[in-house]
Amino acid sequence: MDAANPLTTAAPARISRVRPGRRVADRILILASTIATLVGIVVLGSILFMLVVEGIKGVSPTLFTAPTPGPGSEGGGIANAILGSLVMTLLAILVATPVGVMAGTFLAEYGRNSKIADVIRFLNDILLSAPSILIGLFVYTLMVRPMGSYSGWAGAVALAIIATPVIVRTTEDMLRLVPSTLREAGAALGAPPSIVIRSITWRGASAGIVTGIILALARIAGETAPLLFTALNNNSWFAPNLMGGVPNLPVMIYQFALSPYPNWQQLAWAGALLITVTILALSIVARFVIKTERSR
Amino acid sequence: MAALTDQIALTRGRAAARKTPGGLGDSLFRAASYGAAILVLLFLAGILASIAYGAWPAFQEFGLGFITSSVWNIGQEQYGGLVAIVGTLASAVLALLIGVPLSLGIAVYLTQLCPGWARKPVSMTIELLASVPSIIYGMWGLFVFAPLFARFVQVPVSNLVEGMPIVGTLFYARVPSGVGILTAGIILAIMIVPFVASITRDMLDQIPTVLRESAYGIGCTTWEVVRHVLVPQASVSIIGAIMLGLGRALGETMAVTFVIGNANRLSGSVFDPGSTIASRIANEFNEADGMQLNALMALGCILFVITFFVLIVARLLTRRAKVA
Repeated sequence: MDAANPLTTAAPARISRVRPGRRVADRILILASTIATLVGIVVLGSILFMLVVEGIKGVSPTLFTAPTPGPGSEGGGIANAILGSLVMTLLAILVATPVGVMAGTFLAEYGRNSKIADVIRFLNDILLSAPSILIGLFVYTLMVRPMGSYSGWAGAVALAIIATPVIVRTTEDMLRLVPSTLREAGAALGAPPSIVIRSITWRGASAGIVTGIILALARIAGETAPLLFTALNNNSWFAPNLMGGVPNLPVMIYQFALSPYPNWQQLAWAGALLITVTILALSIVARFVIKTERSR
Repeated sequence: MAALTDQIALTRGRAAARKTPGGLGDSLFRAASYGAAILVLLFLAGILASIAYGAWPAFQEFGLGFITSSVWNIGQEQYGGLVAIVGTLASAVLALLIGVPLSLGIAVYLTQLCPGWARKPVSMTIELLASVPSIIYGMWGLFVFAPLFARFVQVPVSNLVEGMPIVGTLFYARVPSGVGILTAGIILAIMIVPFVASITRDMLDQIPTVLRESAYGIGCTTWEVVRHVLVPQASVSIIGAIMLGLGRALGETMAVTFVIGNANRLSGSVFDPGSTIASRIANEFNEADGMQLNALMALGCILFVITFFVLIVARLLTRRAKVA
């Protein structure tokens, strides 16, 4: 990271002494990589621009107070979808956090160099980038089919399975940064491993672990594919028991964006703006938590 | 130092086996953490088991023909996955062809060319692209990119190549609507760029500065430093990062569903609509029943096998790169 020494980053080669062939190759590289970076920046800019231009028109008080309208009816908001998304995301994080932190603790503290920890670490990394639609199929077979109905519970479980590997990975990485001397000092005072972990290593890595949870939150907040077969969507206010289709932002955006009704499309844009702003904010917050942790 | 901590970990383990001051609570805590770790394994096993279970009737009914047949007839209950499998592979390969040069360019720019003050913000912009949800890419692709692509690429290129052999088929759009396999490939390319670029950047940063400095010192140009010093040093990890991007491109669902056109037709042209395994499942699963459900599960099973193979190779190559 700190390798960006000004002396080495920009090498003002004495072009006049360089053979033309070498100079051309060098110029092409510089041009091509600058263009590549510009393309990346322009795309992100274009996405944000599109969301703001199209989404801001749909932002109004009713957006947050009214439920999604039925086909062909005017007006409406996305309050039920926001509420449904919040409930399912929070449930998922509530399940994924203890599982992820404990599993990360096993990998960093108890398992560390054991065979089983190596296997779990490897498979966790694979689960981290597994296609989320397959997780949707899994939860469909596990819960929706036996229960005979789409449900918010199934949606929350699917999101939890996506969030867990993120938390496992960051927790382990952060625990490994805690110096062993601290653990040894704790053990020397006669504290058993569980006390050492809870009051020394967890405390030392707390900011990092929180970052992992925020990153997991950002990851699942926009997940659509696994919710298609688990929570689905509906236009009513959501029922407190979470059975039946539960309205949620991502599936609402998917269905409304591809619908023929202008007011539905407008709501989809507003929802897309809301969800993207939330996720980008979460990602930036996570970055700052890591930064303050490092500078400590 | 490592040996010392290992030794301590060992003795700690032995001490825990004896009666330690923690007693019951201590072993419970240990068991809980072990259980949580095993649960992660069970997730993966569960995914494989449930999909294989759902797919079994379809594989039994159609056998190998499921992979080689391109028929997808819901009325007659005849299912073959060829179109979706080819669409998945084609869009992912196109994504790599476009995305990898872009990613490498960005990584080189960030590590070699970027002025110090711009490094942080540019890096952050590229990384933020990774957190934009895939459905947003889908909307952007369908409503912003596809119309532009139809007007400025599909129409002129089709007119240009019409009647030519090979290119005339490959780049001819019968209906220049902007959606199709190539559009999906481009959107996927944009989605994998942040991953591949940031891993490659980290790998390039890890190369000792001395190596770079000595290369510049003997008069190498930036191109020569990149080509002969940096790339050979980081090549294995870069290939790992590319495989990781491939894994993501293969399984991506929502963005592709928006822009691929969802047609069950094998076509020689990259401008024509098609479908991928993930988009087929997303489109049909909720209305599916009986054998169609099993056939979709079978497609899911094939996707599982392909992506997991790719991801295993990727992880073996990158070893612990970073949270992707």
